[in-house]
Amino acid sequence: MLDFFTGHYAYWFTIILLCVGLYGILFKKNLIKKTIGLAILQISVVLYFVSIASKWDATVPVLDPNIPVDQVASYLNPLPHTLMLTAIVVGVATLGVAFTLLIAIYNRFNTLDEQELIEKIQ
Amino acid sequence: MIESHLPAYIALTFVLFSVLIPVFGLWKKELSQPLAVIGSGIAAAFSLYGFINYLNNGAIRYYFGGWEPPIGIEFVYDGLSGFFVLVINAVAFFVLIYSGEPSKKEFPGKEMPYYALAMLMMLGFNGMILTGDLFNLYVFLEIASLSGYALIAIGEKPAPYAAFRYLIIGTAGGTLYLLGVGFLYTITGTLNIIDMTAMMPMFAESTAAVAALILMIVGIGVKAALFPMHGWLPDSYTYACTSSTALIAPIGTKVAAYILFRIILWLFGIELTDAVAPLSYVVGVLACIGILYGSIMAIAQSEMKRMLAYSSISQIGYIIMGLSLANPWGFAGAMLHVLNHAIMKACLFMISGNLRLKEGHSDVSRFDDSYRKKYPWTMASFSVAAISMIGLPPLAGFFSKWYLALGTIDNSNWLFLAVILISSLLNAVYFFRILEKVYMMDPEKGQKEPKDGTYNEVKASMLWPTTIFAVSLIVIGFANAVIVGILLDIFPM
Repeated sequence: MLDFFTGHYAYWFTIILLCVGLYGILFKKNLIKKTIGLAILQISVVLYFVSIASKWDATVPVLDPNIPVDQVASYLNPLPHTLMLTAIVVGVATLGVAFTLLIAIYNRFNTLDEQELIEKIQ
Repeated sequence: MIESHLPAYIALTFVLFSVLIPVFGLWKKELSQPLAVIGSGIAAAFSLYGFINYLNNGAIRYYFGGWEPPIGIEFVYDGLSGFFVLVINAVAFFVLIYSGEPSKKEFPGKEMPYYALAMLMMLGFNGMILTGDLFNLYVFLEIASLSGYALIAIGEKPAPYAAFRYLIIGTAGGTLYLLGVGFLYTITGTLNIIDMTAMMPMFAESTAAVAALILMIVGIGVKAALFPMHGWLPDSYTYACTSSTALIAPIGTKVAAYILFRIILWLFGIELTDAVAPLSYVVGVLACIGILYGSIMAIAQSEMKRMLAYSSISQIGYIIMGLSLANPWGFAGAMLHVLNHAIMKACLFMISGNLRLKEGHSDVSRFDDSYRKKYPWTMASFSVAAISMIGLPPLAGFFSKWYLALGTIDNSNWLFLAVILISSLLNAVYFFRILEKVYMMDPEKGQKEPKDGTYNEVKASMLWPTTIFAVSLIVIGFANAVIVGILLDIFPM
């Protein structure tokens, strides 16, 4: 039982981050805090992908003359890392759009509190 | 020779024009809208040619750079993706013709960024449909979504807030989808959809596969506005400007529905989807709740755009219901409804735009019988689209509901059949309400001539797309047997 927790600690960490992110999105009233929650949620998935690429006793996926290419267990899996480069860029773009929208909201309503915004709109 | 590169051409057209529009738009901003029309027109022509080519010669798999999957990435142009690409590009072509006038009035001087963003969004949607790679799908999903958030934020005063809510919910959905892709990648070691489909039977009992499926359904369900994840839709569609709503409303949720079809019917297959828990039935029940909820909320609205937005939630329910039936009739009904609803919703949102431009509002309670003299063609198109939404023969909307009903009978699923019938009645309530105000005489006042009924129709560039959509609903209604014949061949089982 204890092995199940210690053996998967990277995943537990990811799950905790995921929950923190979801909590921020669902329960925080301030829109900036919601955006931070969103960023944490995205980062948790990025970390999940990075952690599935790791192997014990393996090196970086750059050709080493001492290790033959067909010995795949000695190299890390590079694909999740490259995928996550794209996902990080997507995350940055999302944050950019989110902050642009927040500036537009603040200029129009002078507040970023969800409750006040809903009252002002109705 | 052109055929083998066709899938890439469709996406590249939008890339090219999303660059050309800023270049020419900085020089003369009047050029941006015609360029956008030309771009989507070329893409629509490619899609039409490609679909005819698919019918004659079969599917195309385009490998980028000649790298064969699973190492390389590919675009897959088969029946399902060909049909969806044709529908969204044809609808976008007419909507972009339409949006010339309203865009001049709603955001003068900002046409260039608007149309460049619209092209980027269409690139995202086409890429989502054509790609044969689950991670590419995520990237295209985010391209389409990010430009979609920006387009929705243009509009009335609360529009940025509506767009921000959509951004938070939509990005969370996209992230959950990505997590689902991660689960599938860890168990199969591939991201290519066709490659993964061949491996899926090995993982029939795997909990990771089921978890991935649930995460993907939830994530994409947000984009499709499936019932409990629909919260972003009414505000976004109501506050966004006419040009944005008419472009996004008919296309956005359909593309998300396409991904659900691709994942549930193609990637997993219906047996695998239901192997551990009856997931397809759960999705169907959610769709049913969405149908009833959307219709009832639409009755409660007095603002026409908001009413149409709730009606969208209800109509997307029909499409997902056809998916959950997973038999040929249900599938054909859902696909036909994708086509019909794209045209009907585009037409209705255009009509609300026409009224907003001329009257300054689209509040149903202030409609009166002078409209039929002032806007004869707009209101005639409205009648056709509304009757089609309700589902009276011989208009297109009747046939999609008819095939869906046949599908429910095939599965002996009487609950879904009852929902289809009840929802048609509810649709009648909220559309006849407007028809009554415009076309019926007031019993209190008796027969009298409509007041100040001078002809005041919108410009031809706005009127023609509206009427063409209305006429095409009649044409599709009569041609339904041909279309359904093609659609039944696409069904994967």
